Amino acid sequence: MRGRFHLARGGGFALDVDFTAPATGLTGVFGPSGSGKTTLLRCVAGLERAPGGLLEVGGEVWQDEARGRFLPAHRRRVGYVFQEAGLFAHLSVRRNLEYGWRRTAAAERRVRFDEAVDWLGLGALLPRGPAALSGGERQRVAVARALLASPRLLLMDEPLAALDAAAREEILPYLERLHASLSIPVLYVSHAAAELLRLADHLLLLSAGRLRAAGSVAEVSTRLDLLPWAPEAELGVVVEARVAGHDDGFDLTYLDFAGGRLSLPRHAAAPGSRQRVRVLARDVSLALERPERTSVLNVFPARITEIGEIGDGSGTGGAAAGAGGGRQPLVKLDAGGATLLAQITRKSLVTLELRPGQPVYAVVKGVALLL
Amino acid sequence: MSSGDLEPLWLTLRLAGVTTPLLLAVGTPLAWWLSRTASRLRSPIEAMVALPLVLPPTVLGFYLLLLLGPHGSVGAAWRALGLDPPVFSFSGLVIGSVLYSLPFVVQPLQGAFESVGRLPLEVAATLRAGPLDRFATVAVPLARRGFLSAATIGFAHTLGEFGVVLMIGGNIPGRTRVVSIAIYDHVERLEYAQAHRLSLGMLLFSFAALWAVYALNRRDALQARPPWQAGPPRRPASGGGAREP
Repeated sequence: MRGRFHLARGGGFALDVDFTAPATGLTGVFGPSGSGKTTLLRCVAGLERAPGGLLEVGGEVWQDEARGRFLPAHRRRVGYVFQEAGLFAHLSVRRNLEYGWRRTAAAERRVRFDEAVDWLGLGALLPRGPAALSGGERQRVAVARALLASPRLLLMDEPLAALDAAAREEILPYLERLHASLSIPVLYVSHAAAELLRLADHLLLLSAGRLRAAGSVAEVSTRLDLLPWAPEAELGVVVEARVAGHDDGFDLTYLDFAGGRLSLPRHAAAPGSRQRVRVLARDVSLALERPERTSVLNVFPARITEIGEIGDGSGTGGAAAGAGGGRQPLVKLDAGGATLLAQITRKSLVTLELRPGQPVYAVVKGVALLL
Repeated sequence: MSSGDLEPLWLTLRLAGVTTPLLLAVGTPLAWWLSRTASRLRSPIEAMVALPLVLPPTVLGFYLLLLLGPHGSVGAAWRALGLDPPVFSFSGLVIGSVLYSLPFVVQPLQGAFESVGRLPLEVAATLRAGPLDRFATVAVPLARRGFLSAATIGFAHTLGEFGVVLMIGGNIPGRTRVVSIAIYDHVERLEYAQAHRLSLGMLLFSFAALWAVYALNRRDALQARPPWQAGPPRRPASGGGAREP
């Protein structure tokens, strides 16, 4: 998927983005409000027309203004989940779900009606009217309705932003399951970093209408020059891991990631399942030799790749707030291919004479499963 | 009621019955366009549509008479087609009524379309519905209250028309003499009993029609509310539910 949009708006805002996104997986579009995330999504959907725009999805050209090509939204085969569910108030849940499904030729349908109803747990809601649903239920109907039109690309514009925390927690597992079972690419707009760390495989970082960075979540979220990439995101990394097994004797769960085997307090995750693990920078300390006789279970050999600083300079709070006001060194590590961040004091940096390329041991004091 | 009064009554109902569908046919696309457009023509056209609200009907009737008469441009075109110019005829009444009642149809429809908002139509577009499809399956059903108001008020307003009808229709029994004109005639001839019968009938019918519109609107509005606002508040803390008695 490739796109290029330039769109000037009133009030000095202009979207000027040239991006590519992988053909599978969930690509998070992140940025502060007013950075152009929604406008970008609307351009992709064809709800907004950027003069001179270009958009190619899965080898199909949807828009190429240089050649006079612009497919209107209803011919683009996108699914769009809006911030407000936008259910048709005059139709029952079932008729809402059928709306796009009926307009999709039988040969093009890739999702069975019952399948979508199952995935999003809507069986009991079918005869109801939208007014009788909770916010979370409405949004689940909206997601199923979009999927039933068998889109080639699913666009989600802050689908959780209008929900309260409880409804958000209710719907996230559905989204995670979808993410695992969907074969189509998803563009997911959010200004909540935690949501994207949980769901996204790739990130597009927008600010002031421009693309600041693009790449895998691990890559973008640990780029020292971008930190803090999200003011409210705690400094850290997300690591992909596989559940290796449980230890009944010690009540532990073991997870394998690129850098070795993690031990966590016992968790219900099924052995063999893929999980995301969050490792915060302040929970990682460094040692030059493998610490012996320590209570910390998670110690991994690593190599320093970069040393940066994080501090209160930008004044955006969040990551800097825990640093007590001063600037603190942030060390980026490569542990067998996985990236870790360690937040240390300048005193340690100097006394240990840390420098890029140096082998160290990452001592991980806290790990959290993201599920 | 004398047979002389049944004739204008029947003519009036026929006029309103023909005018109302025409009003909806003309008013719906116009209201839709007005509710969606960013064009600079929007304001002048809104003002033109609203003119009958403020103009004396005789002004509108006078210009229609000139336009539709044998020497007017429309009347001449009519004649070129081998037809009689539409003045002093039923078709003239229909044309006059459509123009005169247009704001009463366009304004509720435009308001209803505006309150449908952009979101449901954009959702429908991403669910593969083309422009006409979305209009018919989303905009119209969601604006149904507006259609109901527009049709009822358009119908009732046409029933009560006087000035325009008199100017371009004259007062030809069986052809252009509608109830309002018949009432005027009765009063002129001091036939107050007949005038009363027709007037009271008009009054009651108009009141019933308007009452029905307001009652249906109110019921619809109650139904459209989220359940926690329609009944006793279930979640008093969530705001909006609890109201002071």
